[in-house]
Amino acid sequence: MARAATTSDAFNAVAEPRRREILDLLADGERSVEEIVRALGLGQPQVSKHLRVLREVGAVEARADGRRRLYRLNGAALKPIHDWISGYERLWSERFERLDAVLEELKRTEGDGR
Amino acid sequence: MTSTGTAQLTLPTDEQILIVREFDAPAQLVWKAWTTPELVARWWHAKRGEVTVAEIDLRVGGAWRSAMVTPDGQEVAFHGEYREIVPHERLVSTETYEGVPGAPPTLNTMTLEERDGRTTMRLTIDCPSREVRDAIVESGMEDGLQDALDLLEEVASSLR
Repeated sequence: MARAATTSDAFNAVAEPRRREILDLLADGERSVEEIVRALGLGQPQVSKHLRVLREVGAVEARADGRRRLYRLNGAALKPIHDWISGYERLWSERFERLDAVLEELKRTEGDGR
Repeated sequence: MTSTGTAQLTLPTDEQILIVREFDAPAQLVWKAWTTPELVARWWHAKRGEVTVAEIDLRVGGAWRSAMVTPDGQEVAFHGEYREIVPHERLVSTETYEGVPGAPPTLNTMTLEERDGRTTMRLTIDCPSREVRDAIVESGMEDGLQDALDLLEEVASSLR
């Protein structure tokens, strides 16, 4: 279970909604802390804390740019996390796609149920 | 990482899995599709096989059992018991995977919240331990490997 536990630590770090927003933002390119603060409307201390957690599991990397620090995604660290989670997530997505079809039919045969 | 129409899966604690999905239907119909055997038989297999058993005794203490057979002849079956039933709102049940002898049950809480004719489902799976939680998440890897690879490809290209 050692491998799974390690991946799970990384996943827990990445699963937090605000941290996912940061990752979404960084998916579009490098950003400074200030830019992330502006984009998400969070306080700088919170953003710095989230970035620290993401750096600890290797999900993001930082580099100096003059006096600023720029953060970017580390795709290599994120891929195993996606690998680990996406199969189970996809199982449910496919169940729900079938469920959508059943619901469309119920809506036709029963109106909106009211 | 965000997309509409797919299930959003997160791990709120070490022992939990949370799956959130919005449906374009009122809560009453989602409830019906979730708790009516012949309807469950049409979506539960997730295109991975054919549902052979969908039994639902919808009362507190009542049993449920679902099974499907995959194209290579393998049976995948789960069963459990209903603990709490609030029609159209909340369903709490246990779930045991029959493929692992002695596997401990999880406690699954499904809630529905309707707004403007659309319904958000939250399915929380409470596991007895982190090991069980991780094993459940990993079980998806075999089932959905091809899909996972497709997703990975997407992710990989977006990270370039």
